Amino acid sequence: MYTLSSKLRLFSIILMVVGLVGLTTGFLSTPNTVEDVKEMMAAHDAHGGGHGDTHAKADAHSSDGHGKEDAHGGDSHYEHVLHQLQNKPWAALYVAAFFFFMIALGVLAFYAIQFAAQAGWSPVLFRVMEAITAYLVPGGIILFVILALSGFHMNHIFHWMDTDLVDPANEHYDALIAGKKGWLNVPFFLIRAAFFLGGWFLYRHFAVKYSRKQDEDATGNKWYKKSFKISAGFLVFFIYTESMASWDWIMSFDPHWFSTLFGWYVFAGLFVSGITTIALITIYLKSKGYLEFVNNSHIHDLAKFMFGVSIFWTYLWFSQFMLIWYSNIPEEVTYFITRIEDYKLPFFGMLAMNFIFPLLVLMNSDYKRINWFVVMAGIIILCGHYIDVFNMVMPASVGASWFIGISEISAVLLFLGLFLFIVFKALTKAPLLAKGNPYIEESKHFHY
Amino acid sequence: MASKVIHALYTDDDVLMDAVKQVRSEHYHIEEVYTPFPVHGLDKAMGLAPTRLAITSFMYGCVGLTVAITMMNYIMIEDWPQNIGGKPSFSYLENMPAFVPIMFELTVFFAAHLMVITFYMRSKLWPFKEAENPDVRTTDDHFLMEVDASHQDVDKMTSFLSSTGAVEIKVIDKQEDNH
Repeated sequence: MYTLSSKLRLFSIILMVVGLVGLTTGFLSTPNTVEDVKEMMAAHDAHGGGHGDTHAKADAHSSDGHGKEDAHGGDSHYEHVLHQLQNKPWAALYVAAFFFFMIALGVLAFYAIQFAAQAGWSPVLFRVMEAITAYLVPGGIILFVILALSGFHMNHIFHWMDTDLVDPANEHYDALIAGKKGWLNVPFFLIRAAFFLGGWFLYRHFAVKYSRKQDEDATGNKWYKKSFKISAGFLVFFIYTESMASWDWIMSFDPHWFSTLFGWYVFAGLFVSGITTIALITIYLKSKGYLEFVNNSHIHDLAKFMFGVSIFWTYLWFSQFMLIWYSNIPEEVTYFITRIEDYKLPFFGMLAMNFIFPLLVLMNSDYKRINWFVVMAGIIILCGHYIDVFNMVMPASVGASWFIGISEISAVLLFLGLFLFIVFKALTKAPLLAKGNPYIEESKHFHY
Repeated sequence: MASKVIHALYTDDDVLMDAVKQVRSEHYHIEEVYTPFPVHGLDKAMGLAPTRLAITSFMYGCVGLTVAITMMNYIMIEDWPQNIGGKPSFSYLENMPAFVPIMFELTVFFAAHLMVITFYMRSKLWPFKEAENPDVRTTDDHFLMEVDASHQDVDKMTSFLSSTGAVEIKVIDKQEDNH
């Protein structure tokens, strides 16, 4: 049995407190009126140099793009910036909440695949995976609450939730968004979210339950067979619901834009983050002496998955980017134009972190067995996929006003603390070896 | 130069593996082992050095990538930078997404083919090559271990090898070293 060290408990509580304080600061320091924005921008411009330039560019941009709005009144640009700055802590919260939730979801999908594929190498890691998926329920509820708050107009990170846009009598009427009203409306959106989350929670609940029961009573592998069946069923359910969830929770930030392989792209990101987290937590527990049955071949296999799925993610990223770049259809390509103009460093930086770095570091078979190599690559991959989510969410919610500052870092610390606390707490609930699993002996002697 | 070898034949790969370990612990020199299929772990038991084929493949891949970049940069950007369907041909980077499929394919092509050719050359395989099989049964269901017996007590070795489970032992005088 694993016992939660008081140091780790304290560490995660400190992370949560620091994150909460920082995030509150972020919420309190958002401007409330157009006048505040003007003051802030004047203060920024007074510093001169690079800041002044970027604002000048933003101004030029608004006078081209929003010329019509400017005609309504000179303050429309400042109002635009005001909304972006008000969205900033909300978007930071959302990105972090989604990122840690998607790790748990990725691990759940990986876990189900291991069952459905009857993998012989991984059963020794099942308890680690089960513990990571413990974050699924609280993380999913937090995500749902944030979505519901957006639905009740506590924030404006989801542009399409603005009821003015679908009202033909309103001056802000948007025919394109109104045309998607059948899918993009708040009640249906929340019902869908509840349905997706409910299905995933249900699988996680029964998979863990059956796994524990199999430990107690392994005769005839009754519980194992049930696990196998629900895993296969879950995978079918998952691939549909994950795809739709990615439209709802990520793609709908840009309601004018759509991409057909988006669900797969988000899936690849959450899958590789999940596998990386399994590897990191396994290496941590092994270094503390809790997993004597895990050998470096298991680490090697996890690192192979990290390597392969990183390349799969890149393949999908590039397929999406290149097809849109090549055909250059205006309604599609704006998605990448805003990202390349305003998010150049995060947009291309994540490619280096998520592709080139793991490609070169994890290619060598010997390096995949060296713990510190896998940990280093894993940390870079996780940071890269945080930036990936950041790139998907931020441009539509805060636009050019993005910055990785107090709100963003605090939100990550808050959820990191929560994640560590829940995962390591869940590890104490069951023995670390799923001894009833019929493949456990093979897995213990796994050698590659 | 005349040399003497012993051919010990086995009918089971597990017995062969044990025999290899015993022969090595007795410090006899195994010249070669002939098997009808890959025996997992045999290379480790024989103490063979790991292959460096993967490293050559990585380098060939780098060559392929360089060839692709140099070729397309010369053709599409430097030699005749036409406007084809509005694609930017001012610099390689601006038009790079369009070149990536070819960069990828040439990397794989070079890495795969040159590695295979390297394998053929290093293992001396080519059409019309004369087979070096010492006993036809080794391609079907027998395993043959060839142990160097020059300057050794042949009788002692023979009895030792039969104790390791060999079903047939032959002493062979080689007229010339065919390695």
